[in-house]
Order: sequence, then structure tokens, then C-alpha cells
Amino acid sequence: MTDENPKPGAMSHLRRITYLWLVISVVVDLVYWFALGPHMAPGRMTSTARSDQFDFNFLMIIALPVMIAVWTFLGYSIRTWNAKKKGVPEPVGGEAARGNRTAQVAWIVVTSVIVLFLAGFGTVALVTTHGSGGGEGPNPLWSPAGASAAETAALTSNDSWSPKDVLVVQVIAQQWKFTYRYPQFGGFETSQLVLPNNTNIAFNVTSLDVIHSFWAYQLGVKADANPMENNVAFTETQQMGKFVVRCSELCGLWHGAMFDYGHVVAASDFTSWATATEAANAKNTKYLAPFAWTYVPDANGAAGGYYIDANVTPYSKSELYGAKPGS
Amino acid sequence: MSMRGRLTLVVALFLVGVGLVVLSVAVFLKPGTPGGVTNFTKSQAPGQTVHLTAQTVGSIGFGPHPTWVSYMVKNPTTGKWVQDTTWELPAHTKIDVTILQFDSGSPIRNQEWGQVQGTIGRSMTLNGKKVSAYNSYTGNGIGHTFAVPTLGISVPLVGVSPTASNVCGEGPCSLKLPHELIKFSFMTPGPGNYPWQCFVPCGLGFLYGNGGPMSTQNYMGGFLDVVSS
Repeated sequence: MTDENPKPGAMSHLRRITYLWLVISVVVDLVYWFALGPHMAPGRMTSTARSDQFDFNFLMIIALPVMIAVWTFLGYSIRTWNAKKKGVPEPVGGEAARGNRTAQVAWIVVTSVIVLFLAGFGTVALVTTHGSGGGEGPNPLWSPAGASAAETAALTSNDSWSPKDVLVVQVIAQQWKFTYRYPQFGGFETSQLVLPNNTNIAFNVTSLDVIHSFWAYQLGVKADANPMENNVAFTETQQMGKFVVRCSELCGLWHGAMFDYGHVVAASDFTSWATATEAANAKNTKYLAPFAWTYVPDANGAAGGYYIDANVTPYSKSELYGAKPGS
Repeated sequence: MSMRGRLTLVVALFLVGVGLVVLSVAVFLKPGTPGGVTNFTKSQAPGQTVHLTAQTVGSIGFGPHPTWVSYMVKNPTTGKWVQDTTWELPAHTKIDVTILQFDSGSPIRNQEWGQVQGTIGRSMTLNGKKVSAYNSYTGNGIGHTFAVPTLGISVPLVGVSPTASNVCGEGPCSLKLPHELIKFSFMTPGPGNYPWQCFVPCGLGFLYGNGGPMSTQNYMGGFLDVVSS
């Protein structure tokens, strides 16, 4: 550094850039955290959505200062070491273009530490008590208290649900529509997805044909729907409102039309709706296959049968959620 | 060639390239309605009930896939059966639907589709008898459904006896041949494009029965093109 060096007594370039970066970063992070963060996707309808939003916002306030550091340095460099400025040396080559080992090592170390820390943070977020909202397969690593008992009771197809219990909802994907079974309400099936507020939900996701994916975006829930597999995902509803359900696995001609809307309602309203729907659908419920975690589609022929997967051992303490026994 | 000429040539070639890309994308995105649209908005005065008559046939008998199962619809103007599955309907209007089901049936993969949903009165009539749910494990089973998922409509189309000696071979089928007569009504919503489809995987010979005619427009699915009346 020659002519562009600060005058004696003035701050060094590095200190100027650091102060500038610090001020801008703090302001931007605060603005983001308090003004934008609460509105970021996927919202706060459920524990998993809230968790997803927190994780996303946390990543953002870590990432923003990194981005601002690059931009601050770039802006400062353009302004300070601009070639058109009188007395500034040629920017290409010469002392100004030399590498700075300290800066390089610092950059690599700092960004590596940030990336590794975030990898650890993300991993922990997947397995903490709120879960991630993703499908955990037939044997979930994490499940809320009471889920095991609720799923066991669900298989008996009796009217066993009351507010504060875990609600078991079976999501059945088929080309090209999701339908839902409520085993704790006699096992009725419907095209409507209605959930009670402030309740732990156990989504049991399966498919009757090809691979689909159940994506309730505002709930922070996304689980693949595979034929003859029970993919379990949990969430806890925390806000009433409407949410959209989409298939997020390209599944054929009408994939784009494979969406519907669900509702989170007050627990009392949910009970009324479920009881009324159970009664209204009673005739057809009698014709449905007995409730099971998975069903066997006929892959080779038209129409096919709808019957339970006999190879599935649903629910035991050692093999939860319909794990298949060894051959 | 002068610099200006070269520049003009480069710009012209660039624009041609962009035009070809735009054209390709437009052609790709254009809805595949080779059979056109059957218009039900001109067959009656605004506000009056629309009568829509369709039939389902085991094999269409003509075109590129003569063995495929298909819907056919009666053109309200000409009275002829056509293989269109995009039906233009007036908004906020009662639609009386008559479906002549000429195909056989079976137990269906998801009995949920045996339940009548989204129609006026949440029911249909099967050969004059009111039905709200049909057990596909009884009788001749269910051959197809008429369903508009975004409107919550689903109607099971009960199959004819496969052992009947004079089952319709190819469409359009004569009313003299064995068939089931299904009637129901629904109200159209505001203007929009609402896909409809069969929910019985009836594409015999395709994976899970959902390929072929189930995945090709003008066979077992299409659009309700609802327009302002």
C-alpha cells in the first residue's frame, strides 16, 4: 500500500472496513430478524413450520454478515482504490493486487467454521423434540409423547380420540388425489383434510400406486408417499387457518392438479366435523378395506383391489409403525 | 462485411434464436386438445340448466389408439358423439349430467371413489334409483368414475355385466346395447379451468392401470372450461 494508505493518525483500511461491516451487519440482521423473519416461509401454523422458520431465519442472520462482508469490501475497494483516482496505482498487478495470506487464511477458517457449525445446527434441528416435519419412515427416530399409544389404538378402529390426544391421520396418495382416513373416528375416508388446533398430529403417508409426496407447506410437513410403505411425519398444530396440500413428486399427467386445501380448526369444531363426517360416510366406510398402515395395489392390472398389506406387522413396541418383519 | 453489417447479422440471428425458443416453449405449453372443445354455452339461454350427455366405452374403436377405453360426449348442437374431453360450460349454472356406461366394472382400488360426492343432493341415480354410495365388491363392480377433484365432485360409474353376449365393442355405442344409466347434477363455479378425470385405474396393461388412456387427454380425463355466461 502506498499512496492510498490513510494519513498518519487515521484508521487503517482494515479497521474502516471492519467497522463499516459491523454497523451494516448489525442493522441488517436486526431489521431482518424483527421485520422480515416473522413473515418468512413456511409461517407458524405448526411446531414444525415454526421450527423451519426459526432455522431459516437463523441461517439468514449468519449468512447476511458474510454477504455484507463481501459487498462492503467490494464497495470500499471500488471507492478507495479506483484506478481513475489521481495517485492510485494500477490495480492490475503491483502491490495492490498481491495476495494477503492473513486475509486468505482468515477467510477460509471463518467460513469453514460457519459452514461446519451450521451443518451441526441443522443436524440437531432434525432430531430435537419438534422434529423436522419430514417423513421419518415406518420407524420414526422421534415421536411425540402419546404417539405410540394413539397409533396402536388407531388400528382398533374405535372412536378413541379426544382433545389433547395425538390425532392419527392416514394420507393415501393415488393418481391424482390425496384422500385421508381418520382411524380414531371409525376409519372413515374423505377428500377433506381437517385438523384440530393445539394437537399433535401423526401423518401416516402411503400410496396406492406410484411415488407421490405429501407436502403441506404451511404445516412444515413433507413426506414421500410410497406404495406399500408407511411414512410417518409428526407436527403440532399451533394456529388455525387454511393451508395448501400439494404433491411434490412428479407423478404423471395430472400431477399439477394434485392439490387441495386443508384447515386447522378449533378442537371442538374438529370433533363436530369428524363426528358428522363419520356419520355421513358410514355407508361407504363399511365398504372400505379394514384400516391398515399400507395397502396392496395391483401393479399389473386395471382397477385392482384395495386390501391391507398382509406382510406388515403393524405396531409393536420393538417394531413401531408397521415395520416389516424379516424374511 | 462491414462492422455494422456483421452486428446486424448477429442481432438478427440472436432474435431468430430467441423466437425459436419462445415458439418451442409456446407449442410445448399449449394444452393438448387435438379433438377440440365441445361447447355447451350456446345450446340454451343464459341461466338455464345445461344438459350434458356422455358415454364411457370399453374401446374407442378409431383413432391412434382404437383399443383404448374412452369417454365420448354428445355434441349439443349436432347431436353427434365426439371424442372431446374439454367441455365449455357456463359459470354458476346447473349442469344435468347423463352418463351411459357401456364398460364392465370390478372392485376398485380405493372404495372411496364408490361414494357420490359434490353433486346436488350428494347422490346420483342409477337406472332411476337413488344411490349415495356403491359397493364395488358387489354386482358388476365399478368401471369408471367421473370426478372433478378441485370441485369435490366424484361419481362412480357402475359396470355392465361382462358376461352379456352383446356388450358394446367400440364407440360410439348404441343405446340398444347393455349399459348403465347414471344421472346427477352439479353447479358450475366461477370461470376457470377445472380438470376432471376417472379415478378407477382403467388403463389395462399399464403400470398400476394409470397409463395410456388414463394419462392421455381425450380419453379418460379432460377439462371443464367454465366461462362467464
